[in-house]
Amino acid sequence: MGTKKISGAEAVIRCLLEEGVDLVYGYPGGAIMPVYDELYKFKDQLHHVLVRHEQGATHAAQGFARATGKVGVAIATSGPGATNLVTGIADAQIDSTPMVCITGQVGKHLLGSDAFQETDIIGISTPVTKWNYQITEASEIPEIMAKAFYIARSGRPGPVLVDITKNAQFDEFEFSYKKCTGIRSYNPKPTLNIEKVKEAAELINKAKKPFIVFGQGIILGQAEELLKAFVEKSGIPAAWTILGLSALPTEYPLNVGMLGMHGNYAPNILTNECDVLIALGMRFDDRVTGNLETYAKQAKVIHFEIDAAEIDKNVKTEVAVLADVKEALAALLPFIENNAHESWHNEFKELYKIELEAVINDELKPKKEGISMGETIEMINKHSKGDAIMVSDVGQHQMFTCRYAKFNSTKSNVTSGGLGTMGFALPAAIGAKMGMPDREVVAIIGDGGFQMTIQELGTIFQTKVPVKIVILNNEFLGMVRQWQQLFFDRRYASTEMTNPNFVAIAEGYYIKAKKVTKREDLDAAVAEMMASKESYFLEVMVEKENNVFPMIPTGASVSDIRLS
Amino acid sequence: MENQTFTISVYSENNVGLLNRISGIFLKRHINILSLNVSESEIENVSRFVIVVHTTEKWVQNIVGQIEKQIEVIKAFYHIDEETIFLENALFKIESGLLFDEKLIQNIIKESNSEIVTVSRDFFVISKSGRRSDIEELYNKLKPFGIMQFVRSGRISVSKEKMEISTLLEELKNK
Repeated sequence: MGTKKISGAEAVIRCLLEEGVDLVYGYPGGAIMPVYDELYKFKDQLHHVLVRHEQGATHAAQGFARATGKVGVAIATSGPGATNLVTGIADAQIDSTPMVCITGQVGKHLLGSDAFQETDIIGISTPVTKWNYQITEASEIPEIMAKAFYIARSGRPGPVLVDITKNAQFDEFEFSYKKCTGIRSYNPKPTLNIEKVKEAAELINKAKKPFIVFGQGIILGQAEELLKAFVEKSGIPAAWTILGLSALPTEYPLNVGMLGMHGNYAPNILTNECDVLIALGMRFDDRVTGNLETYAKQAKVIHFEIDAAEIDKNVKTEVAVLADVKEALAALLPFIENNAHESWHNEFKELYKIELEAVINDELKPKKEGISMGETIEMINKHSKGDAIMVSDVGQHQMFTCRYAKFNSTKSNVTSGGLGTMGFALPAAIGAKMGMPDREVVAIIGDGGFQMTIQELGTIFQTKVPVKIVILNNEFLGMVRQWQQLFFDRRYASTEMTNPNFVAIAEGYYIKAKKVTKREDLDAAVAEMMASKESYFLEVMVEKENNVFPMIPTGASVSDIRLS
Repeated sequence: MENQTFTISVYSENNVGLLNRISGIFLKRHINILSLNVSESEIENVSRFVIVVHTTEKWVQNIVGQIEKQIEVIKAFYHIDEETIFLENALFKIESGLLFDEKLIQNIIKESNSEIVTVSRDFFVISKSGRRSDIEELYNKLKPFGIMQFVRSGRISVSKEKMEISTLLEELKNK
C-alpha cells in the first residue's frame, strides 16, 4: 500500500501541523506562492497572520515565542522578503529565541543566475542563524523541517532558516513525518557532572558574601521554581539581567534588582564586593559587566551554563557547571545549607536607600511639571497589578520599563536585549498577545522606535488583536540624546523628532486612541486603556530631557555606577 | 597573551554551507586564516578541516568553542606546532631546457628531497613536501633560474595525541 503523494508546499504545512504549530506570521510573494496556496486550504487548522512588513513577522514570531516558550514561525518570499527577515533573525539569535523562518526561493534551475527576486539568503543569514538549510528537492522537506524545529527549540534555543526552492514546493512525493530526536554532531544537553555541582555547593556554602546573578537561561530552561527554592534555602541575594527579568516575581523579598548599565545601584556596586558570584543561565554581556578588567575580580565565579562556548568567554570561572540549568539546580539544591546572609542583605538595603533617594523617588513621584516615563510605568503597574506582559522597544522607555515594571509571573518581560532592535515592540506585542490571549499585553514604545514598524498598526486593525500600545513621547531619540548630553557636550545631532499626529494615525487604523499631556489625566487614561476589551493606543507626552539613571558609562567599572 | 601559531582541526559532517559558517567565525574577529585544508577524514562521510591561525590562546579557545557550537561540527581541537606532525606541499613549474643546461638545478633537486612529477618538451614540474621553511629554501634556490609557476598547499597535520573521534561517534550513535 503506497502513501499518497502530496506537493512539497502541502508537506510544509503538514510538517508545521506535526510540530504543533497553529499560528504563523508572514507575507506572501512569488517564490512562496505554492505554500500560501496550501495555507488557504488549511486555514481551519493553521492560522496565518498577514503582517505589513516581513520584519514584523519575525518580531511577532519572537514575541509569541518569548511569551509562550514555543517556537515562533515566520514565512516570507525570496529576495526582499527574505532579507527583510534578517533583523528579526539576528535579534532572535543574540537573545536565544526559538524561531523557524521559512523562505521561498527561485527554482533550482535558476539558482545562481541572478533571477528575479533571487538572493543568497543562506549566505546572508548564516552568521545570524543557529542553523540554516536550502531545500531543493521536495523529498527533503519532512526531514529538514523536523531538524529545524528540533534545533530551534533544543539546547540554547535560536533561529533556524529553511529556504525552499519553488520547484521543491510544486513537486510531489510520498510524505511521511518523523520528529527529530537527535543529530549526531549536535549535543544540546550536556551531561551534568555531579562533581562540579558538589564543588559549586562547597564554594556557595563557605561563602560569606555570595551573590546570584541570573539570566534568561532560567526562563528558557523552565527553572524558575528551582531558582526560587535555591534562593530561599541559601538566602543569597539574587539579581537579574534584563532578559532574566520576571523569572522571579519582582516583589520577591530576596530580589535585589537589575544588573547592568541602567540597573540598580546595589547589585552593581556589590558585584565588586561579593566573594562568590553564582551566574545562572546568563552570558556576561558587556552591558551587564561594564569593564571586564575590573569586573568581580575579588570573587570566585561559578557559572551554570548550557552553552559550552559561553564558559570562560568573558569571565574566567572557578567552577563551570555545563548543563541544563533545571537539571543542575535540582542536583545542587540538596547540597546547599540553609542560610540567611542577613548582614550581607543589609548592605544591599543600605545602597537601595541611596538609590531610592537619589533617583527612584524623583522618577516615580516627580516634582517637575512634565510627566516622567517612570511614573507612567508605575501607573500601569497600579492598573495591571503586575499581571501584564510588558513588551518594550529599545531606548530610555525600555530601561524605565525594565527598572520599574512589576511582574508576578515568568515570561512577562518581552524586550530586545542583545541586539537592541528599535521597532521590535509593536509587532512583538502582537505575537505575545496572540500566544497568550488571556493575558493583558502592554507595549511600551518610544516615539522613535514606534515609527520603525508603525505599519503593524494595520495588522492590529485587521486581526483585532487587543494589544495595548503606550507611546512615551519625548520628541527625541531619548537614549542617544542622553549620551549626547553626557558625553558629547549636548550636541544633539539628529536626535530631535518632529512627530506626526500619532493619535490621528492610530485612529486612521480605527484603533481607539488618546493622548495625555497632563499628570492629572494619566490615571484615568491608563485605567481606560487597561479596561478596554479592544486594542487601545495611548500617547503620553513625557518630559523631553529626562535621563535614565543610575548609569554605568561605557568602559567604566560596575562599581563606578553613577546616580546622576 | 602572546600570539602563537595554532593548528585547528575540525571534524564535521560533509555539508555545503559549513565552510561559510566556519570562516565567518574568523571574519567576525578579524583573524586571518593563514592556511585552510578540507578533506575526508579517517571516518566515512566525516570531513576534516585543518586551519592555521596566528593569534592568542584565549582567542583560539574562544574560536574553537564557537566552531564546535555549529550544528554540523562533531568536534574541534587546537594544537601548537610541537603537538602535531604537519607539512605542506608545493609544486614548481620550470622551463625544461634548464634541467639539461644547468647542472646546478639537478643538484638542488637531489639535495632537496623533492620529486620530479613530470617532464615535457617545454617544462618540468617538481613536487616538494615538508615544512614551510624547507619549501621556502627550495624556492629561494630555484628562483634565480626562473620559476614559471609556483603553488603551495595549505597545511595538513595530524596530532600526536589521540583525537578519538570514532569513539565519540559511537557514543553519539548509542545515545
